[in-house]
Amino acid sequence: MPPKSKKSSTLALLAKTPTGITGLDEITGGGLPAGRPSLICGDAGCGKTLLSLEFIIRGAMEFGEPGVFVAFEEKAEELAINVASLGFDLPKMQKDKLIRIDHVQIDRNEIEETGEYDLSGLFIRLDHAINAIGAKRVVLDTIENLFSGLNNQGILRAELRRLFGWLKGKGVTAIITGERGDGGLTRQGLEEYVSDCVILLDHRVTNQISTRLLRIVKYRGSLHGTNEYPFLIDEEGISVLPVTSLLLESEVSSQRVSSGIPALDKMLGGKGFFRGSSILVSGTAGTGKTSVAAFFANESCLRKEKCIYFAFEESPQQIIRNMKSIGGDLKTHIDNGLLEMHASRPTLYGLEMHLVAIHKKIKKFKPKTVILDPITNLVTVGSVSEVKSMLIRLIDFLQAEQITVLFTALSLNTNVSEQTDEGVSSLVDAWLQVRDIESNGERNRGLYIMKSRGMKHSNQVREFVITDEGLDLVDVYLGTDGVLIGSAREAQQLTEATGQALRTHAVGQKDIEIQRKRKVLEAKIASLHEEFDSMQDLLNKSYIEEELRKEIMEKNREQMIKNRLSKNADHGKSK
Amino acid sequence: MDREETLRSAIELPGKEEEFILRLFITGATPNSIRAVSNIKQICEQHLKGRYSLDIVDVYQQETCAEAEQLIALPLLIKKQPFPERRMVGDLSNTEKVLKGLGLTS
Repeated sequence: MPPKSKKSSTLALLAKTPTGITGLDEITGGGLPAGRPSLICGDAGCGKTLLSLEFIIRGAMEFGEPGVFVAFEEKAEELAINVASLGFDLPKMQKDKLIRIDHVQIDRNEIEETGEYDLSGLFIRLDHAINAIGAKRVVLDTIENLFSGLNNQGILRAELRRLFGWLKGKGVTAIITGERGDGGLTRQGLEEYVSDCVILLDHRVTNQISTRLLRIVKYRGSLHGTNEYPFLIDEEGISVLPVTSLLLESEVSSQRVSSGIPALDKMLGGKGFFRGSSILVSGTAGTGKTSVAAFFANESCLRKEKCIYFAFEESPQQIIRNMKSIGGDLKTHIDNGLLEMHASRPTLYGLEMHLVAIHKKIKKFKPKTVILDPITNLVTVGSVSEVKSMLIRLIDFLQAEQITVLFTALSLNTNVSEQTDEGVSSLVDAWLQVRDIESNGERNRGLYIMKSRGMKHSNQVREFVITDEGLDLVDVYLGTDGVLIGSAREAQQLTEATGQALRTHAVGQKDIEIQRKRKVLEAKIASLHEEFDSMQDLLNKSYIEEELRKEIMEKNREQMIKNRLSKNADHGKSK
Repeated sequence: MDREETLRSAIELPGKEEEFILRLFITGATPNSIRAVSNIKQICEQHLKGRYSLDIVDVYQQETCAEAEQLIALPLLIKKQPFPERRMVGDLSNTEKVLKGLGLTS
């Protein structure tokens, strides 16, 4: 929260008193302004009294700050009964001097105004009550009742102004509640006097489903969330759910988790999804979205990681049976305490209630993987934008907790739409689309990865097949005739195999022919070689003979010359 | 006051002989308080001479009675008797209203 990060600065910041109400302290950045009065206004039955009473009770129980509750409407016993259902023991806390409840009864019939007066009685009572238990918190619920009991508006207004000033002087953190009026926040314009913090509660019914909303109208000297935040009243009191955390700064993991379908992991860079990411599986009816979800759950349990499966369409038994038929055994995981399945109709309660139910179950079970199947049905209990805001909050929460979430969504149109009906496709980290591809009189499933943030992923359409052994993805056949899938793909593959065999055979035949030709040629070459050799021999023979003859003749000639020379010498000597 | 008595006093108009028990709550010496005290004393002396008892309570001195008596606006005059109980806030300067509240005029 921004105010916290500022704490390091030396400037004195507005001190805050935590309310202890889930979520409210988050959006107010720490609670109500300490030592100042805050105004809570809203229509009848929107939870003003409960919120202020919870402020007092939680203050006493969790923060050790005793509180005074001045009730102008209900008696102490009535209040005790009202909060007993929330598990708060008001009489005991009163006995322990943690809480003091003062019921202020004001009845116009009994009162005659005979002149100037002031509200000192109220001041004295408050002062007495505050001092008796050392109260740090005060609630005045609903102070406007004074206006119905007393006539002199001038006096009342002056006295209220004095009262709020006095409360500030006392240093107590106060809540003043006021009924919503026409044109203004409160019927009597209390917002004029209480100017530090004004919180507006609202209760809206759309499509027969009611939503309670809280908005901080103003908060002097503090940053605060300005949106309308839905809140709930359940058996644990009020919980306000911030629409989204104010900042996007949750931790990220680069760890990868398998999708449970090896072929799909391969498409996702070979490793699967990121841990803590959000995955959307969308597709038309009967394309196997639930199967993908169940296999993801199954894989998570096989890794010994807990998983919660929220089913909005089928009962757990139904899903278990169906998964068994395709080789997924969810029953064992449930028995081992790794898997929890919760099934409820979306119309059971409003979106906020669903969100809180999911929150609570997740907080309790602490899973690593969460599955919502399908989110489409939630639209029946809220508008698209409401569903979207609910899912944003859910994704935010899950990301902060490092929980991987997989949603399934039904898309109504068969063409690959750019958006899902819930408009969540931009929020999720990975989006798988399962689509019916109809051709040759049969329907087949095609799976695309529309997006997958932060990883290399396949851009191919894969045929998604569901077999007895599980789910698998098969490369579709991309040929001259276009994309072939299903039996057409199989037929094409058969044809190709036949062609291959024939070709192999033909090639074999040709090889033999070539072999033979070679043999013939080689034989021919051999005979020619022989011929050449004999010719060469013949030629060589005459050449050698010639040489020999030449040699012999040379020898003879030399002999003859020698002979002649020796004769001459003899002759000369004799001379 | 038991039930029978309550009923009787509710039906009967306050007679001349009836005893008035009045209690005035004030807050110290504020102008309103002082005016209220003098006003009620004057009215009582004028209209109820000898048959009233007036109890003046300073709430600052007895803080616990503020809650017990459901005090909010002060000064406050409570007519405890005769029945019905009436509460009058203010400094009692509007004599007509005070007399009406006390049941002395109709």
